[in-house]
Amino acid sequence: MGMKKNRWQRRHLVEAFMQLLMRLSLVVVAGSLGLILWTIIVRGLPALTWDMITQSPKGGFYMGKGGGVLNAILGSLYLAGGGTLLALIFSLPIALYLKTYLGDSKWGRYVRLSLDVLWGIPSIVYGAFGFTLMLAIGLRASLLAGIIVLALVELPIMTRAMDEVIRRMPADLEQAALALGSTRFEVALRVITRQMLPGIVTAVLLAFGRGIGDAASVLFTAGYTDRIPTSLMRPTASLPLAVFFQLGTPYPEVQQRGYASALLLTIIVLLVSFGSRWISGYLNKYTIK
Amino acid sequence: MDTHIQVRNLNAFYGKQQALKDINIEIPKQQITVIMGPSGCGKTTLLKTLNRFLELTDGTQISGEVLVDGQNIYDRDVDVTEVRKRVGLLAQRPSPLPMSIYDNVVYGMHIHQMKKNRKQYKDAVRHYLEIAGLWEEVQKRLHDPATSLSIGQQQRLCLARGLAVEPEIILGDEPTSALDPISSQNIEQRLLELKQNYTTVIVTHTLRQAKRLADYVIYMYLGEVVEAGPAKDVFTNPQHKRTRAYLEGQI
Repeated sequence: MGMKKNRWQRRHLVEAFMQLLMRLSLVVVAGSLGLILWTIIVRGLPALTWDMITQSPKGGFYMGKGGGVLNAILGSLYLAGGGTLLALIFSLPIALYLKTYLGDSKWGRYVRLSLDVLWGIPSIVYGAFGFTLMLAIGLRASLLAGIIVLALVELPIMTRAMDEVIRRMPADLEQAALALGSTRFEVALRVITRQMLPGIVTAVLLAFGRGIGDAASVLFTAGYTDRIPTSLMRPTASLPLAVFFQLGTPYPEVQQRGYASALLLTIIVLLVSFGSRWISGYLNKYTIK
Repeated sequence: MDTHIQVRNLNAFYGKQQALKDINIEIPKQQITVIMGPSGCGKTTLLKTLNRFLELTDGTQISGEVLVDGQNIYDRDVDVTEVRKRVGLLAQRPSPLPMSIYDNVVYGMHIHQMKKNRKQYKDAVRHYLEIAGLWEEVQKRLHDPATSLSIGQQQRLCLARGLAVEPEIILGDEPTSALDPISSQNIEQRLLELKQNYTTVIVTHTLRQAKRLADYVIYMYLGEVVEAGPAKDVFTNPQHKRTRAYLEGQI
């Protein structure tokens, strides 16, 4: 019988090689993630004290004296929270407009292309753009300016993620609800929203994750301060910049606190992404796939 | 014949193309009327004029009258949601709402505020699921997603959901075409049981199904009604040669 496999036949060799290649890339990806986590945990955990998350920097903090990065934690949450909210206010209508009026028309394709391009622009460019804009309207480095620029960074991600969700909306669903004598508003509120909510929540949290980890766009626009943010018009600290400044000092104990700040940032991002999975999994139970 | 729906001088256009040409028919009360004809003849278009669904498609124009119990559903002061409450629709493919089995049945009753309290809703859900022949299968999993049901079960759920808003008329747009033979038979069985209480209008492209279900038949061709009459007359002694050709499988 000629059914016995000959491992050394060319096509089987090619398959084995390709499989090896795919496994290798998987190892590289998983390994990098593991290594990153390992590094910040090993270097940062010893410095992650209660003071770190409950106090703002005291005098001499950047030379190794007492204090914490509460200013940056709160600053980052305000910046990313505000940016996400502002981006949501614009991206939901854009996504709905894309679906209802533009569809797959020429203009629809142009809008999607521009959003994809915007998605790819490095955030330092957003920072520089924001800075120019601020000069033009006379706004100084502040929480507000940071929020506006982060909203610009997040907008394309959020809009495109929502666009995909809305595009996958089953066409029959609206008709099914109308056939029972629903008004259009009841269809939107009770049926369409239920179907799309999990995807929208995911889109929002995805954008939040991107926003909170971004250093370059807030560098010029939000500034930095050791104080806890109290006003939209004052500068504010952020975790990515806290990491940057502390790692930039020559003192080992401050550098270690830099890793601890990085660990904090990573924990926040992980919480957000697990949270989004959990929420969308819970809400997704009843949606039509 | 006790007429329930009367269609008078009905014309419908998709853009410039005429889909229905001067339709005049009468649909008997509490019987099953089957609309048949080759594909593209306007069967579904005609059906969709009966619950004012055709106007949901862009670029359609409709003129003429559809009278339900003598009231023209195209009159200006008619509430379209009320029309669709009284004229239920069973679509070609089941499309459950994104909620649990229980909430699917409750949805319509809720929006029309048909019951007073939770107990009444609960009893009604059971009642309509029983009528649709689904209660036995789902009574222990009422709060599971509707999508966890098989396609055949989903179609029976859609039937229960439609009946729950207490329509007088049930429209079926090839309601078994997406189903397996056993599920199709099940749906047909339900429709036959329900016809004592509901006026039923079914579009089908299968002649055998038409023969199994029909009390009254409308045969359409190229947007026109060629022949309409009691099933036994049309099937055994068609008056028109087009109908005869269709019944013999030539069209």
